[in-house]
Amino acid sequence: MLSNATITALGEIVGRDNVFTEKADRLTYSYDAAVLDAQVPAAVVRPLSSTALGRTVAFCNSNGIPLTVRGAGTNLSGGTIPQADGVVLLTNGLSRILEINTQDMYAIVQPGVVTATLSAAVEAKGLFYPPDPGSQAVSTLGGNVAENAGGLRGLKYGVTADYVMGLQFYDAGGELIKTGSRTVKCATGYNLKALMIGSEGTLGVLDEIILKLIPMPATRKSLLAVFDGMDKASETVAAIIAQHIVPATLEFLDNFTIRAVESFSHVGLPMEAAAILLIEVDGHSAQVADESEKIEKICRQMGAMSIRVAEDDAQRDRIWTARRSALSALAKLKPTVVLEDATVPRSKIPAMVAALQAIARKFDLPIGTFGHAGDGNLHPTILTDKRDKVEWQRVEAAIAAIFEEALALGGTLSGEHGTGLAKAGFLAKETGMGAILLSRRIKHALDPNNILNPGKVIGG
Amino acid sequence: MADMHALVALMRDLEDQLATCMRCGMCQAVCPLYAQTGREADVARGKLALLDGLLQDMFDQPDSVAERLNKCLLCGSCQANCPSGVRVIDIFLKARAILAGFTDLPAAQKIILRGLLARPALFDRVAHWSARFQKLLTRPANDLLGTSCARIQSPLIGRRHFKPLAAEPFHRSAHAHRHTPAGRTGITVAFFVGCLIDKIYPQVARAVSDVCDHLEVGLFIPESQGCCGIPALSAGDTATFQHLVRHNLDQINKAPFDYLVTACATCTATIREMWPLMLHDAPRDLRTQAAALAEKTLDISQFLIDQSILIPTGTESVTRPNPVPVSYHDPCHLKKTLGIASQPRDVLRATGGYRLVEMRAPDQCCGMGGSFNLKYYGISSQIGQRKRESIRDAGCRVVATSCPACMLQITDALSQADDPVEVKHVIELYAESLK
Repeated sequence: MLSNATITALGEIVGRDNVFTEKADRLTYSYDAAVLDAQVPAAVVRPLSSTALGRTVAFCNSNGIPLTVRGAGTNLSGGTIPQADGVVLLTNGLSRILEINTQDMYAIVQPGVVTATLSAAVEAKGLFYPPDPGSQAVSTLGGNVAENAGGLRGLKYGVTADYVMGLQFYDAGGELIKTGSRTVKCATGYNLKALMIGSEGTLGVLDEIILKLIPMPATRKSLLAVFDGMDKASETVAAIIAQHIVPATLEFLDNFTIRAVESFSHVGLPMEAAAILLIEVDGHSAQVADESEKIEKICRQMGAMSIRVAEDDAQRDRIWTARRSALSALAKLKPTVVLEDATVPRSKIPAMVAALQAIARKFDLPIGTFGHAGDGNLHPTILTDKRDKVEWQRVEAAIAAIFEEALALGGTLSGEHGTGLAKAGFLAKETGMGAILLSRRIKHALDPNNILNPGKVIGG
Repeated sequence: MADMHALVALMRDLEDQLATCMRCGMCQAVCPLYAQTGREADVARGKLALLDGLLQDMFDQPDSVAERLNKCLLCGSCQANCPSGVRVIDIFLKARAILAGFTDLPAAQKIILRGLLARPALFDRVAHWSARFQKLLTRPANDLLGTSCARIQSPLIGRRHFKPLAAEPFHRSAHAHRHTPAGRTGITVAFFVGCLIDKIYPQVARAVSDVCDHLEVGLFIPESQGCCGIPALSAGDTATFQHLVRHNLDQINKAPFDYLVTACATCTATIREMWPLMLHDAPRDLRTQAAALAEKTLDISQFLIDQSILIPTGTESVTRPNPVPVSYHDPCHLKKTLGIASQPRDVLRATGGYRLVEMRAPDQCCGMGGSFNLKYYGISSQIGQRKRESIRDAGCRVVATSCPACMLQITDALSQADDPVEVKHVIELYAESLK
């Protein structure tokens, strides 16, 4: 518990109405979207200005109070689950788009701006902010940077890190640090912004973000191809890339997911199909026409059972409904959904999918797999009921097995969800102890009192 | 205060439903209340986590959970957008019932709900006397909208621009208690009027009656109708709710009919969804009757279009050179609860003299939420303000909707801003076009 004096001091910094101390309110900041145990924080603060944000960090540092920054709380690896004796710092009071510069093509935002809000605002000015994590309707850009969030467009457009031009953040002591700039090139100083991206709130607290924008692609075209074998689908992916075509999105659904989607939304998917590829190309109209024709041809050569090409926006929407409803269709089957994001080199997708099927059999668990075939980022989704303790043990064993398999294939534990608490214990297997020890030395140098989201990423 | 463990035992009923929330947080995108406050306890995920906390016996303050649970518009936006299909509104209403059993209703609410709503005749009498005396307390504010604001600033009225009670409620008018035979259509409908239409918007009920006559639909208006029960349910008062369902069923089932129609989105949603759902501990005969009635309860526009009484033309039937721009607001209980959105628009398109112009986010909640507006007027009117801006930007002269509660809230927002936009029920516009 925090003392009354501490609560009063926080109230003086952020305003008394912006400190939540009632237990019922604190309980609603004890979780995020990861399937992990909740932890009720000692207090919740909601600064409404950059100054209040910096002073909150400085205050927590000088009083040794753990601080967990929270945007929309959609984290899938437990990065926003706080400490029982700590403070949750909400960024949704810092949600202004400070500038959209169409000439130099960048935007400056506060950390609490919702991803989809920025996307819509830049689109209205004919520009494009590509990162589109699944939770973009609610997720915040601060959270996206802190987690290095990805999305469906990663193959062609990259992830959040590829759009961060500069940052302004508070270090653990509450000093305002600037890194990067609003220029396309910037070669001054250490690349501190690279250190901050994906650091999950453990090294500093974001205050302002400069994001790169690009021109809106003129046209786009979507296709849906159905396959009777997973191998055929992944060979198709490889063939498309080998022809030097880079689709904006290249997604796949496995048979389990296809059946779940079809029985839920009746979009006309063949229940017996082993895999479906959903492909979208964008760019100049001539290029789009050329590439979609080539892709259609490749799909046919690779033995696609059927190919559907969207002729207009309505047909395009119908195609993407299948992908968009994948997670919710699976989620409706069982109470608890464990959404993993193990990622492998894309040529290893058939091996990974086969391994996932074997894991599902071995641990007797329903696992639906969909995801970003183009960049090797799969979402094996385990369906369970956390209240079933015996089954939950099998789920934990299956998660460990998925991690082992991804690493054995030269992949990574997480393509886009982050390490957080969920994967901290497995990190050494991927990076070795050396990387963890070095990371801990960096963490100690930047946050000597260990107040910034302690326990996340590197444990300790 | 009752035994905590008894409360926990009751909450087990909700366990399976609560377990389906995966805490993804997507409800934050659509909750009109959260958009104003940014507080997790205001959005469905936070409320479900609190109920879960009570259920797991980890959290021992039912009063503070009840307080947060009741701060909700019950608009169902979260439920309509939930990736896991969590039945949020069912959970909230059941939980309110359970919590109310323990924390007891506030004395004032108990008097209103148990004393007035549960006894329709008394409610009508009180409303009748209120209508006679309200002129002493209020002064005309906006002639076009016909609102009054508080002549004497009372804590209850505040700065609301509310519609006065009608001088003559529908049930006292010559149009009430009709029973006309089915004409050309061969279909007879029973008409459930609802409190707000009866007492504040009787012209909407008259419009339903006129339209049925014109289209040769037989009309049966049951006598001595009561409240649909949603205010009681929202307050967790299941005893009053059950009493009202029984009373209404007795009245409605006095004559044969093909469909029960209403012109109130909330009444339709309550009868269709909540009557069968919230009678789990009621006698079997009541449950059976309620379920049977729910099946054949339709919104008036839904009835006209889906039963092909009115054939939608697809485009506006323009009968004059300068059609009046009309915009349509989707009541949450019609669109999000029942998925009814195209039918009222089809009725508008079939209405001569109007041109439908869509407003921005027509299905964004107006912020009324029944008793929410009484308890949280400040937030309610901030949400109403957003709706008012959408209406203003649409450039319409009339805003139509299908719910008298939405009409009240939108009228309040437009009247305070002095916007020259009329608020009408869809069926009113259609009835007027027949004259």
